[in-house]
Amino acid sequence: MSPLLMSAADWLQLVLHFATLSLLGIGGAITTLPDMHRYLVDRQLWLSDAQFNASVALAQAAPGPNILFVALMGWHVGLNAGGGWLALMGAIITLAGILLPSSIIAYSGGQWSHRNRELRAVRAFKAGLAPTVIGLLIATGTVLATASGSTLDQWPVWLIAAVSTLIVWRTKVHILWLLGTGALIGAFFLA
Amino acid sequence: MSYEDTRPDALDRPRPRSLADLFLSFSWLALQGFGGVLAVAQRELVEKKRWLTREEFTEEWAVAQIMPGPNVINMAIMLGGRHFGWRGGVAALAGMLSAPLLITLCLAVVYGQLSQYPAVAGALRGMGAVSAGLITATGIKLIPGLRKNVLGPVVCISLGLAALLAVAWLRLPLVWVLLVLGGIGMGLAYRRLSP
Repeated sequence: MSPLLMSAADWLQLVLHFATLSLLGIGGAITTLPDMHRYLVDRQLWLSDAQFNASVALAQAAPGPNILFVALMGWHVGLNAGGGWLALMGAIITLAGILLPSSIIAYSGGQWSHRNRELRAVRAFKAGLAPTVIGLLIATGTVLATASGSTLDQWPVWLIAAVSTLIVWRTKVHILWLLGTGALIGAFFLA
Repeated sequence: MSYEDTRPDALDRPRPRSLADLFLSFSWLALQGFGGVLAVAQRELVEKKRWLTREEFTEEWAVAQIMPGPNVINMAIMLGGRHFGWRGGVAALAGMLSAPLLITLCLAVVYGQLSQYPAVAGALRGMGAVSAGLITATGIKLIPGLRKNVLGPVVCISLGLAALLAVAWLRLPLVWVLLVLGGIGMGLAYRRLSP
């Protein structure tokens, strides 16, 4: 790929796009992934399909919040534009774009709901949402376990997911041991 | 205040001691969170540090989820902000992101060299399966916290199951599931809570 030409205005547009998505990502930024693909890969041609997918997969594999996939997108745009410091800058400014607006809202909302935690409406909000939120969590685990396909030949993945569900639920085994074991089993049997 | 405090241990409970404590606690938490931080957050904040009870964790999570932005990050900011104001929010956010960002970028560089080996892709899938299990288990572990919920067991189970089926099976958009099921739950809870 010949180096991409990114002007300062292009970078600004990139940050502003992520800042907009930041406000739309209710239920997690992952819900705005389809739009990121449309913008970065299809419309602006700033990223290849492979780079887009690698950004998401790598952030899943690395420790930390999944939102870091956005930093990796910025990183890859920077690499395409000439690499080095541009990649680092791309990572930082896209992450700032996706996080700044939503963080300010989370901070104000959190402070407000804590100050008014005895209000009937606030208590109803929290209690009323709790069962749905728990159902959603279990659903997220299920969706992730079947992300690579839901055909029967995927049974080893489901087995690993089911066994680790049981272990985390019933025991206090450290999560890092489980992930290490999962990586080893994967390297030998899922390759 | 005319309301009875349902959390008698609210005063002598452990809490973050300083901004540095917040930063380091959230760094440590984030560094253990492969494939997402939620499972670790539940374990560290509720079971180990006991900054939040199981019920509070679910409630905070509900608030964090209904707002835009990544849930775990919203939760870190809210928790930090509660104890130390905006500085606490920034410390928690910085803790959550700094070390993981460095590691992720290093990983991106290494991956550029190793991506052609199938064993590497296999290991990624194995870790992905484990992290799926982590999230499911986190959801299961929060269920007992619903016992004190004003909605009662029947409504709680119905709403939870409906949310599970709507997203995992019907693959409906999250926003609608939250608005409809969450809305029903909130309406019922509002009626049952005495003014």
